[in-house]
This record gives sequence, C-alpha cells and structure tokens, in this order.
Amino acid sequence: PLFIPLAQSDMKDYKHLDIRNTVGNVPMEWYQDYPHIGYNLDGKKIFKPIRNKDELDEFLDKMENPDYWRTVHDKTTASDIRLTDEQVDLVHRLQKGQFGDVNFNEYEPSVDFFTNEVMIHPVTNRPQDKRSFIPSLIEKEKVSKLVHAIKMGWIKPRKPKETTPQYYDLWAKEDPNAILGRHKMHVPAPKMRLPGHEESYNPPPEYLLTEEERLVWEQQDAEDRKLPFLPQKHSCLRAVPAFSRFIHERFERCLDLYLCPRQRKMRVNVNPEDLIPKLPKPKDLQPFPTTMSLVYRGHTSLVRSISASPTGQWLVSGSDDFTVRFWEVNTGRCMKTLEVGGAVKSVAWNPNPAVCLVAVCFERTVLLLNPSLGDRLVVSSTDQLITAYEPPEEDKEQAVTWALSEGLEHNMGHRLTLTHPKAVKQVVWHGKGDYLSSVMPDNSSNLQVLIHQVSKRRTQNPFRKNKGLVQCVSFHPLRPYFFVATQRYVRVYNLIKQELTKKLMTNCKWISSMAIHPGGDNLICGSYDCRLAWFDLDLSTKPYKMLRHHKKALRGVAYHRNYPLFASGADDGSVIVCHGMVYNDLLQNPLIVPVKVLKGHQITHDLGVLDVTFHPTQPWVFSSGADTTIRLFT
Amino acid sequence: MGGLQKKKYERGSATNYITRNKARKKLQLSLADFRRLCILKGIYPHEPKHKKKVNKGSTAPRTFYLLKDIRFLLHEPIVRKFREYKVFVRKLRKAYGKAEWTAVERLRDNKPGYKLDHIIKERYPTFIDALRDIDDALSMCFLFSTFARTGKCHVQTITLCRRLTVEWMNYVVTSRSLRKVFISIKGIYYQAEVLGQLITWLVPYQFAHDHPTDVDYRVMATFTEMYTTLFGFINFRLYQTLNLVYPPKKLSALSASLARVVATAEEEEENQLDQFPADGEDLENMEAREKEQKEQEAQNRLFEGLKFFLNREVPRESLAFILRCFGAEVSWDKSLCIGGTYNVTDETITHQIVDRPDIDKQYINRYYIQPQWVFDSVNAKMRLPVEDYFLGVTLPPHLSPFVEEKDGDYVPPEKLKLMALQRGEKHVQEEEEDDDDDDDDEEYNDEVDDEDLTEEKNLKKMEDQRSQGKTLAVKVTPGKVKPWETGSVGNKVRLEKEEKAEEKRLAIMMMKKKEKYLYDKIMFGKKRTTREANKLAAKRKAHEDTSKAEKKQKKAKKQ
Repeated sequence: PLFIPLAQSDMKDYKHLDIRNTVGNVPMEWYQDYPHIGYNLDGKKIFKPIRNKDELDEFLDKMENPDYWRTVHDKTTASDIRLTDEQVDLVHRLQKGQFGDVNFNEYEPSVDFFTNEVMIHPVTNRPQDKRSFIPSLIEKEKVSKLVHAIKMGWIKPRKPKETTPQYYDLWAKEDPNAILGRHKMHVPAPKMRLPGHEESYNPPPEYLLTEEERLVWEQQDAEDRKLPFLPQKHSCLRAVPAFSRFIHERFERCLDLYLCPRQRKMRVNVNPEDLIPKLPKPKDLQPFPTTMSLVYRGHTSLVRSISASPTGQWLVSGSDDFTVRFWEVNTGRCMKTLEVGGAVKSVAWNPNPAVCLVAVCFERTVLLLNPSLGDRLVVSSTDQLITAYEPPEEDKEQAVTWALSEGLEHNMGHRLTLTHPKAVKQVVWHGKGDYLSSVMPDNSSNLQVLIHQVSKRRTQNPFRKNKGLVQCVSFHPLRPYFFVATQRYVRVYNLIKQELTKKLMTNCKWISSMAIHPGGDNLICGSYDCRLAWFDLDLSTKPYKMLRHHKKALRGVAYHRNYPLFASGADDGSVIVCHGMVYNDLLQNPLIVPVKVLKGHQITHDLGVLDVTFHPTQPWVFSSGADTTIRLFT
Repeated sequence: MGGLQKKKYERGSATNYITRNKARKKLQLSLADFRRLCILKGIYPHEPKHKKKVNKGSTAPRTFYLLKDIRFLLHEPIVRKFREYKVFVRKLRKAYGKAEWTAVERLRDNKPGYKLDHIIKERYPTFIDALRDIDDALSMCFLFSTFARTGKCHVQTITLCRRLTVEWMNYVVTSRSLRKVFISIKGIYYQAEVLGQLITWLVPYQFAHDHPTDVDYRVMATFTEMYTTLFGFINFRLYQTLNLVYPPKKLSALSASLARVVATAEEEEENQLDQFPADGEDLENMEAREKEQKEQEAQNRLFEGLKFFLNREVPRESLAFILRCFGAEVSWDKSLCIGGTYNVTDETITHQIVDRPDIDKQYINRYYIQPQWVFDSVNAKMRLPVEDYFLGVTLPPHLSPFVEEKDGDYVPPEKLKLMALQRGEKHVQEEEEDDDDDDDDEEYNDEVDDEDLTEEKNLKKMEDQRSQGKTLAVKVTPGKVKPWETGSVGNKVRLEKEEKAEEKRLAIMMMKKKEKYLYDKIMFGKKRTTREANKLAAKRKAHEDTSKAEKKQKKAKKQ
C-alpha cells in the first residue's frame, strides 16, 4: 500500500509522505526473507512492493519512461525516486569535481589570522616564565642517556656512504699463481649440454616422435626419458609458445651446481682397434687345417672317441651304437665294423708303428684288437707278440683278468680281453706301445687308474690313495712321468721314483680332457667351463695362458706330433685350431695364436664335438661329433 | 710385536670427508645460511671413490663435502655478515613491534650489507677463469631480466640483470663476436667467442612466465646475486678491452652502436696475424689459422651493407642483436619501441623480416623474408638463397649448429645439402638421382641375399636326402669347398675381406679379459649409435615416401 509509482506522484505528496526507513545503514539482504523491509518513523512496518520489477519491466521502463535516466532506486525503501532538477545539477557538479554549493567561492583571498610580520610589541604583556631561563632537566636526562649510549658504543654514528664504484677492474693485478690449495681438488661443473637438431623449433621430420614413441615417452618416468622434452614442429617463429619448464630447468641446473656430488671420471679414450693384440698373421703360420675335406658317415649314434694309426693310413672310431669302425683316411672307406658288447667310451691306436693293436674300452672291458689292416708283416708280428707270452711261474693275483680270445672272436680281430672290476672310461697307450693305462672313475676307492703291460700281461695299481675323481690320464711322451687329471688338478707322478713331482692348479671347475705336448714340457687342459689352460711345466704350476675361445664346454683337446698345432673341440660344434709354438730356448715363452675356427658338426642333444685328434704326419685334424659323423679338416 | 692397534676410519679417505650435517654444525649455520654460503663460495659435495670407507662402513646415502672446503669456509668474513644481518632483522622486527619508528629508521640506515668482490676474485683468480664460467650467469641473468615485478625477486635485481644483459649484448655487437644462433623450442641459443672462449647462453622467448610453485626462488636469487656481481666485473673488463667507458650511458634499444667507428677501424688492425717465417708443421698450422681467420672475417661482414626492417611480429631484440652483430643496419616501427632509425617507407631497405603469411603493401625493391633466414645464414656463414624463406613458403628445417657429426652419425640430408652449398656446388635435381641409386643398391643387396639363401637351401636338401637314404649307411662325402676359395678372379676382393675379418675375429679371441670387456663396451656403444642413425634414416625415408605418394596423388587428382 505504501508503494507509490513515482511518475504519478507529485513532489508535495512525496514530501508529505515521509517513508524514510529507520533501520539504519544495514545490509538490506537481512530482510530478504521478510514481507517488510523496515520501519517508518511511527514504528510501522514498511512493506515490500507486491511485485518486483523484472528485466522486462525494466526494459519497458527504459524505453517508455522519459525520466528513466534520472530515476534512482532506493534500496532502503525499495522504491524508485525521480531526481529533481536541482539534484541532477548537484550530481553534475560533483562529477566535475566542483563544490556542491553553487555559491561557494573557492578562490577567495586568504587572510592570515596572525600577521606574519614581526611586531615590536608582544601580543600579551605576560612576563616570561622562570623555566624558560633554566635548562630543562628532562632534556638533560635525555642527552645524558644519549651520551652514555654513545660512550658505551650502543649508538653508532651513521655509516659513511660507500664511495667505491660497484664494479671496477677486479682482475687488474691478476696472479695466476695465487691458486688456493683447494683448487687442486676442484672439479669444474660440466657445461650445459648443447642442443641437438631435435630441440629445434622446426626440426627435420625424422626427429619428431611417432605416435607410438610419443606414447612411450609419456608413460616413462621423467628420469628414464632419453629426451627431457617432446620435439615439436612449428610452421613459423610466431607460432612458438613459451617453454613451460624453462624456470624449472634453470632451477634444476642451480641445484646441480651446488648440490650434486662431483667426481672426476676418467673417460677411456682409446681406439678399439688398438686394443686388439698384434698377432702374427695366420697366413704366415701355415700349414694348418682350413677346410673340411671328408665326412665319414656310418655310425648311428654319437661317436665318442677316435684315434689315428701311427702310419696315418687308418682311423678308428668308437661310438655309442656298440660298434668300432675302421676307416681308411684318404678315401674315407669304412674298412671294418666290429660289434662290441657296449657303448664304446674310448679307443686308442698303439703308437708303436711296429705293432698293430687297438685298445677299445666299453663298460668294464678293455679289448685289444688287431684290425689286420696295413702291412701284413706287422699284423702277423703283432699276433706273434701276443701268442709269445709265457705265463710266469708264480701266478699273482691281479686286479683284472687277462683273457686270450679264440675262435670266432679271434677271427673278428679280438686278441686280449681285460675285464675290469668297474666301468672303464679311458684307455691310453704309452709312447713305446707296451704299456697301457685305463681309467675307472670312482670317487670312493683308490682303484681308479690301472697300468697294464701287454707283453707280460701284468697289471698294476700305481696309487694307494684316492685323490679325487680321476678324469683322464696320460703318459709323458719321453720320460717316465705319468699325468693324472682329477676334477680340478693335474698331478704329475714320477713312475720310477714313485712320487708326486708336481701338482698343477688349473683354475677350472671340471677338467674334461688333457693333452701333452710331444716335447713333454707343455700341457693343455680342456674343461667343462669353456676354458683351455696351457701349462708350461718349467714355468709354474699355474696356467701360462687361459684361453676362453669356446662358447660351451670343451670335450677334447689334442696336440700335433710334428707341427706346432693344437686343437680343441667343444659343445658349440666348433673345432679351434691354434698355433702353439714351443721354443727350445727356455727364456722364450710359447707363442699361442688361434689360426682357424673349423665348423661343420651339428649340435645334437646339446652336444657338439666330442673328440679331436691330429693326423700323425699331416697337418690334418679329425673330429668326431654327436651328429654321428667324423670329419676330416685339411 | 707390539704397538697400539690401529683404529679403523681414523686415517685416509675417511678423514678427508665430512657429511653435510656435521659441516653445518661445525660452521654453526642454519641450513639456509649454509646453502647460501655454499652457493656463493662455490662449494659442492664430492663423491668419494670408496663410499663405504668414507661412510665408516655404512652404505647409507649421504652427501660428503671435502673437509678442506669446510675448513676453508670457517674463516670466511661473509659468515659474520650473515649473523649481523640476522641480528639486524631481529632488531628491526622488535622495533616494528614496539612502533618505535625512529629506531626503525636508524636501524634501516645502518642496514648491514655485504660485498662479494673478494669471493669472485678468490673463485676466479684470473679473468679467463671467470669468462670460462659465465655461461650459467648469462642464462640466469637473461631469465631474470624477463621477469615481471611479481615479487618473486627484488625489482632492483631485475633491473640490474636487464642492464647487465644489455651491456653484454652491446659488447658482443661491438666486438662482433657472435658465432652461432639457434631457435629451439626452449628459447634462442647464442654462442659467442669472447677472447678465445666459446660462451653459450639461452634466452627465453618474450612471454610472461607462469611461475611454478615447486621452485625455490631463494636459491635462484642467491645464484643471481653471485652471477650479477661476476657479470658486472666481467662486463667492466670487457669494455675496458674495447677502450670504452663502463658503465655506458643509455643502452636500451640496441640501435645505436657503442663506438661504431672505433670498432670497425680497430678490429681490422687487431685481426691481422703477425707473419713469422716458419717451417714444416708450423707453416701448415699457420696457414690453417690464417684461413680460419679469413673465414671469420668474412662471417663478421655477413650482412654488411644490408638494410633490414623488422616487422611488428618478429622478436625485435634478438633479431636486432644478431643482425647488428654481423654489420647490418636495422630499424623497426617507431610505435613499437624507441630507437627505430628509419621507416618502412625507406626505399633503401633491402630486406624486410616478416613473420606473417602475407603482407598488404609490398615494395618491389626489397626482399620479404621470414626470420629463420637470418638464423640459418649466420649458422651457414653465408647468405643463403632467399627463395626458400619468402612469405608463406614452407620453411626448410632449422638445424642445430652445435651438432658436429662424427663418422657413423646420422647426418640429415638438409645438412648435406648445406655443406655442398658451402663448398660452392650447385644442388639441382640431385635428390631424385640419389634416390634412384639407393633403390638400385638395395635391390642388388636383396638379390645377393636371395642367392645365398637358395644355395643354403639346396645344400640342406641334399644333406637331408643323404641322411634319409638308409641304404647308404656308410658314406663319405667330400666337404664343401666354397666357390670363392677356388680363386676365381671376381671374388678375390671378397676373399681378402673375409680373411681380414677372420683374422680380426681370431685376434679378438686372444684379448685379455679386461681389454675384451672394454672393447665390447666400445663396440656396443658404436653399434648403438649406428642403430640410432639407421633408425633416423629409415624414418626419414618413410616420411619422404609418404610425402612423395601424396604429391603423386595430388598430381593425379589435378589431371
């Protein structure tokens, strides 16, 4: 009811009706939830207008009402007030920065209240106080305090301004010798890495990451990333945005400079070619086998062992298919096949050219065969040699039983059968051809190695003690020495004095094979941990050289009788032939140069080459493998 | 035997190092002060050779300082200044709290300050040492000079940085020592050769920084404090070498030269190498050096006689700096910044640098080029043909001048082209020929491979047949003699090569374990680089193939 539309109400009415709100200067939002908006002078409620103007009303009002521009909304009464002309004038004046009162003159001449001229008479005639003649006690106290403070050094005179310029020639008298001790340990910080093509704003297209690379980059941790940023291509310089990690990178550099521990690291700056040792060329070390020239096929299972006849005309091989085969070397013909009663572990041709005997071992038997190959005279003399045996008067108990073969077996070539108490692994002939040694590996007894004399059909057990599992044995080619290889050591025994002369430390885990240099002063040992150790017996009991040429376990090693060559065969299917020159001069160390890697054997059941042996006169090497073949490399 | 048992960790490296906390306790400093001291004095942790020994048997991760370094900090006068400042702050706070304004004023008047001159002198005993270490200082000052007054650091620091960087740029302009420039996505890299030292710095693009919250600005401010001092002294010395007064007056726009006359006249004299009679290698060296010198001079006059005008949208400061370093005249619109010396309408302008697709009013007697031309030309040490850089043209890739390819590294084809251009060769239509050649080579290789394969297959077949034929249980086959071992003339080279390779393989087998390890490592690294290079080359080829195919398609569509 109190709402009066202003356009219709005249001034008098408005003045007469005093609708001033008495709530004071409080936020009107407090009355939001009430129907009234405050109280008038009589203490009656002032009610809100029934309908608030909405935007449309406002707009219509704006378009239609000519006085809209001078209408002001009064929040306290929620009513619109039309300003009068005087009020509008006042607003204009204030907006211009003029005084509200029209009649106020701001430029009136100022008149001092007191004159600024000094007059000869005082304004009042009052005599001066006594205190104006007496020094002030308070001031005195203050001054004395200050004096005291200055005396005590509490108050300091103001510092004089610095007169030296901020920058001057600091290094005017530079002394390069004035380097402090700590500079010796100084490690200058590395400079920032210079940017590559990929950091360019417009890099060549190959430096941009592909979609996959980008995904990988995003998933990586910040430390693992190869590039700390994503290469980007912008068509023009204008399109290049600010680099968001700029401050970060600078900050990280700061951190690196003062927090990162520094260490001087020597960068190895060598030409890799210089690291390769300068060895004599293999070409200059000929002859040595270079090509595979013959493949001997016929065995049906892996060929464990091979041996060449001393004349070099024949080759014998023993295999897991229970056969022993005799081959002619030059033609590759299989001359003879003998069935034996077990997998053949080892074969050995008698090195004496006047005797034609082959020792074959399988299971618990060592068989001496006369293959009846070659010179008939030699064959018959061999038979005579065996039959010429006369049993001694007193029959001694022997570790093995010697049996002479007869009948069918004799026709097949069997001559003598030595039945051992245990399975035999290896047979080795002495250089003269009369003695024969067999190995029965057994961890728990001293009966592991036996030495047999064929002419007297006698057997000895040279060792009283068990020194470990014997792997292989060998005779010294010239002197009465006997080599026994256990798992990790090679022991050298003097057979005449019956004592241990040397114990060689091989540094291997498990010895597989051993060969003695024909000169007798050098020895090689192959091991299952892929190493080949060369010992110089005069030099030391430790290996003169360890060769790690093979990738897998070594199975066989061999020296050539005449040429300075040795070969090793391993499970990786390769035979490596090395030049191993031994000098008569004691001061000169043996020269070892690998000259050829011979490949040809296929790997079957993780086994490659099982045995290698050299031709006695030619620089040829035979190798037998698990792929049932024997190969000749010339 | 007698004597005391020697205790562990009382001799040797264990006594040479000290952990950070112990060092801090020894110096009686708070962590913040210790950090500040380390930054100012350039003390950094050392990584001991045997960490366990130094760490007294423990393997806990610790940072170690050299004990000598910490002892050296003990009698540093600036430590006392730090303490004084701490006291000053405490007094001031007290005075504020009590509203003793006179006391506040008095304290303010006597504010303790410190100077870093002696530290700079001590860290860099010679000027060259200082110059060598200025890279970081430059980058930092250039960064700080772009900061707005947002309270991240003192306004005085910002203005000082700005002043110093402008002075530096003016020195580089006057001494004509800028060598390389590079627009990266981070900012613009510059490399200058000052008194024989290569100095590289990075300037961010002119944008407001989005200040990160995980950055400690106090650390940066401490560094900047040290760097500004160092930088000022270096500027002083550099200006002195040019016989100029430091600090110079009114340098802001890089328009007016410091001493245009002095520089051009004097430099020529200076750069003349003295001729001494020499022989043998010396002579060769001398000749090489002379040649280098000449090239350098030619580069310094790269833009001489050209008149550039920079459009509104190009980065004015950087371009003006680069152009003026190589003797060009530069101007820009007067409304953009003070210092423009001539207008767009000037008829003698030879090049206008524009970075927009098109421009309305074009003058016939000047080139309108994109800013990359300037950068590429500087790096190539020659004025590149402008055709590739005209308005609206797709720009050739911008290559980094800092990459020096060793043999075996990948060289982008653009670089090869550029090198040919530098040698003075014309490069027209060579690309296509090259491509064809490549294709042929590959085909040839494929053929060879195929042959090998077929041969092997045949052999295998034969072998299989052999093994299957059970009737021939015993058989001898002659080993293979490879065809090239029969000594046919054509395969001699191959044979020789193979022999060499085998020799090497055998020699490698005989290497010692240590050397083999090293050798393997080096070879691994080499292989990796070649692999990466191959990858890049393959990517490039794929890209070119796709672009070619697209072109062909377009052509087909047009027809």
